[in-house]
Amino acid sequence: MAHHAHEPQVTVLPPDKAKIKKLWTVALYLLVITIFEFAVAFLVPHEYKQLRVWIFVGMTIVKAGYIVGEFMHLRYEVKVLFWSILIPVLFIVWMLVAFVYEGIKMPVFQ
Amino acid sequence: MAHSTAAAVTGKSVWDGGASPMNASYGKLMMWFFLLSDAFTFSGLLITYGLVRSSHQAYEGLVSAFTFSTEYWPIPEKVFEAVPFLHGYELPLVFVGIMTFILIMSSVTMVLAVEAGHRMDRKAVEKWMLWTIIGGITFLSCQAWEWTHFIVGTDTATLKDVFNTKTGLWEQIKVTGANLHVNQYGPQPFADFFFFITGFHGFHVFSGVLLNFLIYYNTVTGVYERRGHYEMVEKVGLYWHFVDLVWVFVFTFFYLV
Repeated sequence: MAHHAHEPQVTVLPPDKAKIKKLWTVALYLLVITIFEFAVAFLVPHEYKQLRVWIFVGMTIVKAGYIVGEFMHLRYEVKVLFWSILIPVLFIVWMLVAFVYEGIKMPVFQ
Repeated sequence: MAHSTAAAVTGKSVWDGGASPMNASYGKLMMWFFLLSDAFTFSGLLITYGLVRSSHQAYEGLVSAFTFSTEYWPIPEKVFEAVPFLHGYELPLVFVGIMTFILIMSSVTMVLAVEAGHRMDRKAVEKWMLWTIIGGITFLSCQAWEWTHFIVGTDTATLKDVFNTKTGLWEQIKVTGANLHVNQYGPQPFADFFFFITGFHGFHVFSGVLLNFLIYYNTVTGVYERRGHYEMVEKVGLYWHFVDLVWVFVFTFFYLV
């Protein structure tokens, strides 16, 4: 085998038990939040529309925080990178508020 | 450490590009900014959904008495209540819940592959990448079933008033299922948004599965071992988590709210 000599010597490190445990804990949180959302969907009556929506939106932001912060590792990146990603997201919030407001004020399809 | 990769080991001075300003490699930074732009695309779709929905008539009556009509926006949990092999049972959101669980689990296996990559553990990377690919394919299969069910429709048809241009009269037609022309579940845009939003997300999952397979292939053939780091697993991992993140928002804004 000609290129066998070029195979590098690789030292495999043992699994980082604490880190892996943390990842599974985050997965558990995500699961629990999703189950909680289901509970709200079935237990809180549709008459409380506002309350339902705010719970769903809040839980979604918490889930997004865990996915981006822990799974995508953004929490542990340099502060400049962290804010370069987070600040532009404010535009999305603005867009959401503006468009839904517009939709309520302009019932063109009714 | 293995994970603060290429940029740190060039040996050049800071002023010659020897240090990376955000302590992340070029590829990883570009992936982050691509994902940010992709987030805007998905937001555009979801927010337009919000705009169109809030400008339509909402269903006012009792939830228990809900029936499909093209006159008002449907309650999503009344639309998505079918589960494979359980025909005739009303199981609102159960199947979507299973799909959400599958995608979250595949995100976990992906992050475990990244962790294994940091340790240069090729066998573990192979194992977790394979699980991630299986998760992605399972999710896509679920989506294929859901689309089929949505297109074919329920057992009872919805009545819709249409204007016949030949006779000049209004007449009632029966509608089953949905596509880009008719929709038994509610106003036409509801079906259109379903296809566009879940379709665009599904396309991302499909691309993700292809990328994951590429990474898996390169891992098995030892490309990353020879390269000395598994940063490609991290980059594609970022993409895969983003796909999961988008699903979290689609789940909330399309299925729950």
